[in-house]
Amino acid sequence: MTTSRDEILNQLRSQSVPKTERPDLSAPELTQQWINYPDPTEQFATMLTSVGGVCARVKNVEEVNQKLAEIPAYQASKKICSQINGCGTPNVEISNITDPHDFEDIDFAILPGEFAVAENGAVWITNDGGPARTLYFLSQHVALLVPAAEVVNNMHAAYERLSFETPRFGTFMSGPSKTADIEQSLVIGAHGARSLTVFLVEEPF
Amino acid sequence: MPAHPKLAAAFIKDKDRAHWHDQSLWFVRSKRDKAVNQLPEWELLREQASKIKSYVVSHLPDLLEEFEKNAKAKGVHVHWARNATEHNEIVHGILKQHEVTRVVKSKSMLTEECHLNPYLERHGIEIVDTDLGEWIVQLQDKPPSHIVMPAIHIKKEEIGELFHEKLGTEKGATDPQYLTEAARQHLRQKFVGAEAGITGVNFAIAETGGFVVCTNEGNADLGTSLNKLHIACMGIEKLIPRANDLSVFLRLLARSATGQPITTYSSHFHGPAPGAELHIVLLDNGRSEISGSDEFRRSLNCIRCAACMNTCPVYRRSGGYSYNNTVPGPIGSILGPAKDAKEHASLPFACSLCGSCTDVCPVKIDLHHQLLTWRKEIRVRGLLPYSKRLSMKMMSWMMQAPRLYRFAGKCARAIVPHLPRFLLYNRFNAWGKQRELPDFPKQSFREWMKKNHDDK
Repeated sequence: MTTSRDEILNQLRSQSVPKTERPDLSAPELTQQWINYPDPTEQFATMLTSVGGVCARVKNVEEVNQKLAEIPAYQASKKICSQINGCGTPNVEISNITDPHDFEDIDFAILPGEFAVAENGAVWITNDGGPARTLYFLSQHVALLVPAAEVVNNMHAAYERLSFETPRFGTFMSGPSKTADIEQSLVIGAHGARSLTVFLVEEPF
Repeated sequence: MPAHPKLAAAFIKDKDRAHWHDQSLWFVRSKRDKAVNQLPEWELLREQASKIKSYVVSHLPDLLEEFEKNAKAKGVHVHWARNATEHNEIVHGILKQHEVTRVVKSKSMLTEECHLNPYLERHGIEIVDTDLGEWIVQLQDKPPSHIVMPAIHIKKEEIGELFHEKLGTEKGATDPQYLTEAARQHLRQKFVGAEAGITGVNFAIAETGGFVVCTNEGNADLGTSLNKLHIACMGIEKLIPRANDLSVFLRLLARSATGQPITTYSSHFHGPAPGAELHIVLLDNGRSEISGSDEFRRSLNCIRCAACMNTCPVYRRSGGYSYNNTVPGPIGSILGPAKDAKEHASLPFACSLCGSCTDVCPVKIDLHHQLLTWRKEIRVRGLLPYSKRLSMKMMSWMMQAPRLYRFAGKCARAIVPHLPRFLLYNRFNAWGKQRELPDFPKQSFREWMKKNHDDK
């Protein structure tokens, strides 16, 4: 029995398509052209603001806690989760939860981000696929803690850091969830987080 | 099926709405320009993207096998569908096996192309489009009119009325913030209650067996992180060779689409989450035929950013529905006839050949050239309407007979300015439908030359 798979592949192989080369993205004549910023952190903060997020540069987790306490959405939050030791005032223990649906009423989640990208205000986050993955999207408000030294200039530098050898989930998050599907009017807080605060933290956490 | 001019005529009857539509899209195009101008290396990026995509199309069978192997190694189920029917059967089969009756779907033009929603509904499965724009058109029981902004043609007053009727929001509400909040509350229940999530695929990576889904709303992530079954549907042309090729495409996609530096969420799926299942359906549905065509192969470069429709003077003024094709605009006018030339014969003519689409295309598809080639193709296949064939024939006959041409010109200059309007502006004069004919000159260029040049 020829399967659909074979039929599609045979059909493609029966064609004479001129072979072309793929570009070498690591060639210096390309990499020299990619944009770099005099102050990547400043650029990241500017871009994050432009996409509706908030960037705060802080010394350590204690300072994060001070800043969190000043955020009205945080003050109003009833249920809070934190994946960072000593950060925030969590009252829902993430490790106790096995069904992601139990995160449905989380108001504020404090989560780690691996690195930030200056050119587009994005933060790379990863997750092993456990129930906590949904926190990045389901929580009403999200704060990410990213090591301050981990700001790269552009997406090329970003992918140099990434490998996808093992099954894993990862996403670039750039600002809070948004939509402009009603008459091109930008509305923050479509389905995902209503606000995104990124803390660039100097000291290890 | 009605041709583009007929459907467009219905859209432009409402002049204010047509103008508003035009302006909305031009606003998006302007945002794109602003974003693009911030990157000095933009043209270099376009070139790399185009080269990568050409490589993909010329190595497609090998890359597909590589992708399948690597995806399977990560625990993904890979399915192959030759056409829409097979695609829908596969998706339904997976859902049935898991006894799923409630599904949430993030935006996927491919599932629109396959008419997956009505198929699943016929089999008793509730399927909810969760992209706000796509959900709005789903509530209206209509298809998207644009591939990135599915409800770009609908006014907030109409959405307010629709939500009032379907969700019980306040009557007369038109505030986008309020309406979006109502949708958020309603769709949260759908996300939480769904037993499976279906997504499209923006890019699939041969080297890693993973894929990337881009959204602004976070709906793909909510739809896949809350349940144990994720089905991703993709066209076979969505492949890219390596993960770091994404650096090029993710820089181009959102800037071209909406002028954003990147979409809010660019999610990379590699293998299922622990205890969950991940399925990928690879769909051909005519794509392999396009790859065999020297003229139209490059249309497979398309990353569905919609920059070509945002800039297209015809699309902006005639609306997405006038194309009567899942993908409208310039790229749709190439893909449509490739699928069914007879059905979509009018689309390559819905174009002024201005070339703006080709200028903005992030993967350098020679859109307006392909549209012109399609016109020739449609003539060769005998698919031109009689009126067009006849006028072309008469034109060609006259152009080949200089004396006749001169005589006809002379007659026209003498007679036309004195004709009554009803003889000039009627159904035989398509050009004059919305325009006044220019004043006729007193003499032809040849006569002018003779008088002012040759005699001196």
